[in-house]
Amino acid sequence: MNAPQPMTLKKPPAANTVDRAAGGVNRARWLRNALPGISLVVLLATIFIMQPRAMSYMGMNLMLNLAVPIALATIAQMLIITVNDLDLSLGSFISFVACVAATLLNDHPLLGCLVLLGCIGVYALLGALIHSRRLPAIVVTLGMSFIWVGGAVLLLPAPGGSAPQWLQALVKIKTPVLPFAIVVCVVLAVAVHLFLMRSRFGVVLRGAGGNPLAMAKAGWSLLRIKVTLYALAGGFGVLSGLFLVGLTTSADANMALRYTLLSIAGVILGGGEFTGGRVSPIGAVLGALTLVLAGSLLSFIRISPDWQIGAQGAILILVLALRTAVNRLEVRPV
Amino acid sequence: MERHTLRCALLSTALLITPFMHAQADTADKTIALSNNYAGNSWRQSMLNSWQQTTEQAVKDGVIAGADSFTTAENQATEQAAQIQNLILQGYNAIVINAASPTALNGAVKQACDAGIVVVSFDGIVTEPCAYRISMDFKQSGLDGMDYLAKRFPDGANVLEVRGLAGVSVDGMIHSGVVAGASKHPQLKVVGSVNGNWSQTAAQKAVAGILPSLPKIDAVVTQGDDGFGVAQAFTAAGRPLPVIIFGNREEELAWWKKQKDANGYQSFSISSAPSISSLSFWVAQQLLDGKQLPHDLLSPAISVTQDTLESSLKGLEKGGIVSQVYSVDDVAQLKSPAPQ
Repeated sequence: MNAPQPMTLKKPPAANTVDRAAGGVNRARWLRNALPGISLVVLLATIFIMQPRAMSYMGMNLMLNLAVPIALATIAQMLIITVNDLDLSLGSFISFVACVAATLLNDHPLLGCLVLLGCIGVYALLGALIHSRRLPAIVVTLGMSFIWVGGAVLLLPAPGGSAPQWLQALVKIKTPVLPFAIVVCVVLAVAVHLFLMRSRFGVVLRGAGGNPLAMAKAGWSLLRIKVTLYALAGGFGVLSGLFLVGLTTSADANMALRYTLLSIAGVILGGGEFTGGRVSPIGAVLGALTLVLAGSLLSFIRISPDWQIGAQGAILILVLALRTAVNRLEVRPV
Repeated sequence: MERHTLRCALLSTALLITPFMHAQADTADKTIALSNNYAGNSWRQSMLNSWQQTTEQAVKDGVIAGADSFTTAENQATEQAAQIQNLILQGYNAIVINAASPTALNGAVKQACDAGIVVVSFDGIVTEPCAYRISMDFKQSGLDGMDYLAKRFPDGANVLEVRGLAGVSVDGMIHSGVVAGASKHPQLKVVGSVNGNWSQTAAQKAVAGILPSLPKIDAVVTQGDDGFGVAQAFTAAGRPLPVIIFGNREEELAWWKKQKDANGYQSFSISSAPSISSLSFWVAQQLLDGKQLPHDLLSPAISVTQDTLESSLKGLEKGGIVSQVYSVDDVAQLKSPAPQ
């Protein structure tokens, strides 16, 4: 769905229709940007009606604190998707980070920090490798996923370990008025939005996904762009793993495997697309929250477990169908 | 006159209700939830069935207000942690857990305890100290099998060990029981060991692979869901049938019965009961009722012997597992494990 293209193919219409068309496109674009927010609000309202107990500080905290690592993972995935790649190793990477945090970081803080920095370095190298050898990112990251899981099993052959005390205390901070989970999500969304959508460098990063040739011709190093984005993704992955292990207090080599697909779904739900550098950080965070809340809602409705996974898929398809409809509005303005 | 009628009505209502009120326990307004991580094999299916049967009856009897079961879709610890947090929010008084990971749920379990919720874990237990743990003495079950073999082969025997999934704690515990049995009965020699992954087909493949390199095998110890595959492997290789220690599965017992009728085959079978879920329900109910119980409890193992084979097989559906129904009285008989 590369929306603007069919517009340029059309014959130039009369001046007043152009205005009206532009208005339609704007409205459609606004709707498209608002869709992740609207679906989240609808979901939240349904939950509050079903389970009024959720409408409290403690309720929101319980429902959303496991959403923070997913939101961080979604941002990491979004950075990779920005340059039209896909990271299939994210879930196992986050599991690995969690295992490092529950073992090395706890026993030898310095060594643990070095390993985590090394992880970010590995992500940067991956970006360089994928760019310079023109390898498909899906295949490289799929291979890496086995390496991360293997490393996690070596560190922690049986589930266990213990997250550092400061980490456990950090994720349990009680902020005034709004629960910590919501504060983190808001800060995360706004910060990444300002960086990626508003800063000059952010435009360059997105441009590398939208039109790499033009960026290269304009004198930007695509290698450096990819390395930056991959390193940033690795950084958010590390944050996600740390936050997760702070919540669970101990680790398991398989604990976050599900995050790979969740993060991709979160990006797409939040209005991102697989091609063309079209991503939205705020949308991605909202998408991650939507996914988590959809799970809560199904549990509150007491849908039989046999149907739950299907119902979760149905919610996803519903939101995506809405978006396709909005996209169509954008292509064919009234 | 009118007032009199009203009084009569009230009195008769009270008289009608009173007997029911006596029948109710102190937990009549409490709710218990089951958080389960996986439903994809026969053991888990009978575990869920047992939960449903027990709790339906308990709700009908007014012992408890509700007992819903929730299974996560993908057998992932993070998903189950989120599920437990939702259950806290829904206001259940107790949560019974069969956990995806012994450690990764500890954060959520602690939150539940802090919210005043009774947490009971069984089978897949959690290590968080505030939770209760009910599990079988797996080491003892491995040792029981070896004890039986020592009686059958006082003059010594070559034993093949079929283990479960590598890296899973239950496999390690049963194995330690087998090792303890081998040192207790020096005439039993463990000559080989393979991983059967608690699956008949995987066990058959693994045993078929190792058989050519082994001397005559007199006995095989298994962990359950693998004995039938072992028997198939021996038949296919044309080897004499050894004494196989089974794990209470219907196909294993049916094969045993067939051999018994044909040539007087003798064996022994032991495994944990899937109805441990109903036992856990009663433990949770008793805890809500104010009973004090130790945090670590041992559930009894179920064994099938030559004499009880027919009675165990009777009424066992195809693909099922020998089980037993627990009642509230069984909770009082639970023991804590001996200190290690």
